[in-house]
Amino acid sequence: MAAHSSLLSVFKIINPRWNGRLGNTVKVFGTTCTSHRNKTSLTRENIPPPAKYGGRHTVTLIPGDGIGPELLSHVREVFRFSCVPVDFEVVQVNSATEAEDDIMNAITAIRRNGVALKGNIETKHTLPPSVKSRNNVLRTTLDLYANVMHCQSLPGVQTRHQNIDIMIIRENTEGEYSSLEHESVSGVVESLKIITRNNSLRIADYAFRLAREKGRRRVTAVHKANIMKLGDGLFLQCCKEVASGYPDIIFDSMIVDNTTMQLVSKPQQFDVMVMPNLYGNVVSNVCAGLVGGPGLVPGANYGQDYAVFETATRNTGKSIAGKNLANPTAMLLASCMMLDHLKLYEYASSIRNAVSITMNETRLHTADLGGQGTTSEVVQSIMRVIQSKGQLTSEL
Amino acid sequence: MTARALRSLPRALKPVFSNRCPQVFAVRKCHQAKQPTYTPPPAKYGGRHTVTLIPGDGIGPELSGYVRELFRRNGVALKGNIETNHNLPSSHKSRNNLLRTTLDLYANVIHCQSLPGVRTRHSNVDIMIIRENTEGEYSSLEHENVPGVVECLKIITRSKSLRIADYAFKTAREKGRSRVTAVHKANIMKLGDGLFLECCKEVASGYPEISFDSMIVDNTTMQLVSRPQQFDVMVMPNLYGNVVSNVCAGLVGGPGLVPGANYGKDYAVFETGTRNTGKSIANCNKANPTAMLLASCLLLDHLKLHAYAHIIRSAILSTLTEAQLHTADLGGHSSTSDVVQSIMDAVQSAGPRTLSM
Repeated sequence: MAAHSSLLSVFKIINPRWNGRLGNTVKVFGTTCTSHRNKTSLTRENIPPPAKYGGRHTVTLIPGDGIGPELLSHVREVFRFSCVPVDFEVVQVNSATEAEDDIMNAITAIRRNGVALKGNIETKHTLPPSVKSRNNVLRTTLDLYANVMHCQSLPGVQTRHQNIDIMIIRENTEGEYSSLEHESVSGVVESLKIITRNNSLRIADYAFRLAREKGRRRVTAVHKANIMKLGDGLFLQCCKEVASGYPDIIFDSMIVDNTTMQLVSKPQQFDVMVMPNLYGNVVSNVCAGLVGGPGLVPGANYGQDYAVFETATRNTGKSIAGKNLANPTAMLLASCMMLDHLKLYEYASSIRNAVSITMNETRLHTADLGGQGTTSEVVQSIMRVIQSKGQLTSEL
Repeated sequence: MTARALRSLPRALKPVFSNRCPQVFAVRKCHQAKQPTYTPPPAKYGGRHTVTLIPGDGIGPELSGYVRELFRRNGVALKGNIETNHNLPSSHKSRNNLLRTTLDLYANVIHCQSLPGVRTRHSNVDIMIIRENTEGEYSSLEHENVPGVVECLKIITRSKSLRIADYAFKTAREKGRSRVTAVHKANIMKLGDGLFLECCKEVASGYPEISFDSMIVDNTTMQLVSRPQQFDVMVMPNLYGNVVSNVCAGLVGGPGLVPGANYGKDYAVFETGTRNTGKSIANCNKANPTAMLLASCLLLDHLKLHAYAHIIRSAILSTLTEAQLHTADLGGHSSTSDVVQSIMDAVQSAGPRTLSM
């Protein structure tokens, strides 16, 4: 059994690399393979899900609302065109119903596949407050504790600030998003913000490990511990504890209001930032705005066993849905992050390169960047670049 | 009481009025707190007002008692930020917060305007931020029932939300503004921010000439850094107000430029908009005096001394725009005293009676 499963894992590892060369001839002989997620691995890093048939991965796709479905269909178009060995299992989530079945199905599908690409699911205000945000339910159920966003100035996009390169690591499951509210006295609402030692240590550790991996020099913790002394005080303390284990990385902290003010005047001073949920929400939106807007930045949500990729600022974009106006960059770059996660690095860099050329050299911009291009024009241009680079592609 | 006020005032006024330091004769004030509408304290001796001045930082626990006494007497104050020392135990609450909640200064008003003499990345910014100042995330109600798990309570009440919304719309109407935007996160905090939003909508229905809309805080901050000109008046709970006002202050040129005002039913306290202690530049003659001076102009307006407010404000503007005397935070090389001297020169040249310099 051990030998067989190790053989299996070897195949799983070499498959993506050899896919182009060996074609689909390398068959992974099915066994009742133990799910990699049940295995207690020595290293706690994420293992890509098993590619069961002919070296192709299956990824859950949740179209969501607004511009989600059209952007994701463009992603599928580009993937199909570039012969990326990924198949999508589409799970629709209806945001208009009160029932939780749809989101639970989606969660099951993600548990099955291990990886997902999603659009934002709208939280309708017309539904009663007992109906929680579906996106939030997904994140907490799957314990996707780290939201990672990398904001970089792109050369082809004109912005007021240049040379921005900030990684934001945001705690994704607790804090102000606990959805624990009650109205004990009529007209007085108490919302609970929960900060726990475990989750704070976990996210701080993630931040420092990532900083080390990516060769970053400084980690800044963002907090409001002068007011929320116990809560943010605990968070800060956990960050300091973890920092002591990484002497090669400088650690400092900054209060959230000063942080946002510094971000709009001198964003180049920041390197890696780690923070609780709500501040992460605000700071990541500020940074996205600084580098060119919500259409450009991809985001990733990592848990111990699962990973879900989406646009960083999680916009539904209802007002521009169906008009062929949305910027496909964020979603395409998110899909590249997913490919990196699945260790399909060549495909990821080929698509990323094509996006970069379209953005910076061809300068085909959508309306949010001040250009006149439509979504489909941009996607077509990206596909042409991929084709011109000599990769194996299907018909345009 | 008189003697004490006399002793404290000249010492206290030094930071603001620097080397001019006029002799302020102590004035006895009637206690105004019981009246339903605020009227400035009676100027008993020769038309002079007495205002409480809190230098900030370095003042110990006796501050709150001192302030309460002096302040209830005067009704108006000008203050610097009081540092919240992280090394003190968590039961030791923020003094600034204590002051605001005890005196029920429920509305924090910051007016961020692009100044002509200051070069920034965005121009034509003119945003009024009205922030709820006493509840929300700043309730200082935290507990650790289970070790390693902290619960912080964010309180939103109907009465306070209605009150701040009403203040926002009244101010918008007074200043002739056309739009009020409520900033919230009601998709996640459905009950809390949902209640706030509901209260704003209720109040909005009573002001049909002012258009009302709402925006989620993350989108708001993103819009602020790309297109701040779209905002007019914004109303929001405490924490979002903190973040948004700092973003706006950063957009118009930094913490050295924007004054802030805290209004309650009976009292008003004026300070810099972003409430910075500025420990690293203390006593270096580098700090930008603009924010504090403009805050003192807001104070003068509140005391209905409009002419004086206007003179000082024009002097500040001419120093910034014509003389182009900028401190380090604006990229210039002038010292605080240079700027203050220039402002005083401008005041003198404007004509009204001044003391000899």
